[in-house]
Amino acid sequence: MNFMDVVFYVFAALTVFAGMGVITARNPVNAALFLVLAFCSSAGIWMLLEAEFLAIVLVLVYVGAVMVLFLFVVMMLDINLVRLREGFWRWFPFGAGLAGLMVFEMIYVLGARQTSDTGGNVVHPANYSNTKELGRLLYTDYVYPFELAAVLLLLAMVAAIALTLRRRVGVKTQNVSDQVQVKAADRVRIVKYMQDGSTDTSAK
Amino acid sequence: MMDLLLSLEQAGQNLLGAFWLPLWTLVKIMVIVGPLMGAVAYLTLAERKVIGWMQIRIGPNRVGYFGLLQPLADGIKLLMKEIIVPTGSNKFLFILGPIMALMPALAAWAVIPFNAELVLANVNAGLLYILAMTSLGVYGVIIAGWASNSKYAFLGCLRSAAQIVSYEIAMGFALVCVLMAAQSLNLGDIVNGQKGSYGLLNWYIVPLFPMFIVYLISGVAEANRAPFDVAEGESEIVAGFHVEYSGMTFALFFLAEYANMILIAFLTAIMFMGGWLSPLPFLPDSIVWLFGKVAFVLFLFLWFRATFPRYRYDQLMRLGWKVFIPLAIVWVVVVGAWMQTPLWVW
Repeated sequence: MNFMDVVFYVFAALTVFAGMGVITARNPVNAALFLVLAFCSSAGIWMLLEAEFLAIVLVLVYVGAVMVLFLFVVMMLDINLVRLREGFWRWFPFGAGLAGLMVFEMIYVLGARQTSDTGGNVVHPANYSNTKELGRLLYTDYVYPFELAAVLLLLAMVAAIALTLRRRVGVKTQNVSDQVQVKAADRVRIVKYMQDGSTDTSAK
Repeated sequence: MMDLLLSLEQAGQNLLGAFWLPLWTLVKIMVIVGPLMGAVAYLTLAERKVIGWMQIRIGPNRVGYFGLLQPLADGIKLLMKEIIVPTGSNKFLFILGPIMALMPALAAWAVIPFNAELVLANVNAGLLYILAMTSLGVYGVIIAGWASNSKYAFLGCLRSAAQIVSYEIAMGFALVCVLMAAQSLNLGDIVNGQKGSYGLLNWYIVPLFPMFIVYLISGVAEANRAPFDVAEGESEIVAGFHVEYSGMTFALFFLAEYANMILIAFLTAIMFMGGWLSPLPFLPDSIVWLFGKVAFVLFLFLWFRATFPRYRYDQLMRLGWKVFIPLAIVWVVVVGAWMQTPLWVW
């Protein structure tokens, strides 16, 4: 067993541990943080596969953005542990069936992979850039699927904003453009006091 | 000097074999982190002195000559203080919070090049790594704010997380412009791309000036510095996410904030101001230039703090989402089009 194998088993064990943590943690915030750990350790495994772009983007997008927003929502929940544990046995058969189905799927996929040719380990030269290769593929061979995915995401974004944007009447909100265009002269009047007690409002 | 290092490496390899590489890397890490912590300590002194002078005060001058031992005294004071863990808090996460704040601020230094040879890890995807590490910084704030089980801390952490996530997008787009200009994600290559016979005019600050401004201001917001320090907001929410922290756990947040400031100053110098390259073509390139540029950017940070009042929260969000992000996206398109014309000379 060389050094790379040791690193792989450490990351793999961490991923499994974190995955178990996600489903066993009582508190949703702890579960979300376990998910963050799972993402980070799977990024480590991808890094071992020389897929540095995917590994870093996993951390950047999922850990740095998606999970932050996730935590945002989860942190504001009012958690009642007793209610959370209610009906465990009632739903157990359903959950067990689903888990069995997933195990079957995993075995099917992984078993099929072992029989087919994976091409073995490809050794890349030192100046090989995973990022550059991915970029080239995405913008040449797969440009239409890539653009289509981008348009779909944009559509979802616009739809989400359109669904949540409500304009209620009679609400007192600040008019932003008025605020931005305001000048000091509109708000402040400088008054100069004369020696004899009179005031001179023309002073600037 | 280089020969001495090489022979030292050879000797170590013979003596320790496989254990030499981790040990030698650890030594290199210490060589970066040690001076960084020193810089953080003296940045706090510089901040108090500079702001003092700007406000016609003297600043700290009691401990040591010219107040030079003040950071040391502060550090010892914070070490001596008791770490109080609130009763209702989540103990593990409460301690993890400050650690998570400092960790990414230090981890990002792995790919920062100091000159053409001096870099801990010469990574191809260095810029992406930096973006990923800086995006992790928000976890310290979130975990600390939630684990404290206190309303002020929680409010502060929500504000801060929303702010950091928003400004990260503008920051990312500004860096997209840089990597388009440099055609590389490697920080060393980015600096070398700014090399040329015109010195200062070859730097990316010239074609990407709007992005330089966006990056600098977003950097101030990312580091939670005034005028974007709504996370702390002394006058509204006491001290925001770290209100329950004391002693060294509190100090870690400050170490992280100042380490982040220095990191952003380094990144600004590397991405836009030519890193270690000299501004005038007849002067030699040197690490001194890099430190000079970093000192300049850090001075800007302190200057901002002494000059501007804190942003209101809705103004801050508007600046991020409605000004910086559209501007950055437009500039990506402009740079893309510009690079297709012969007018692009960088």
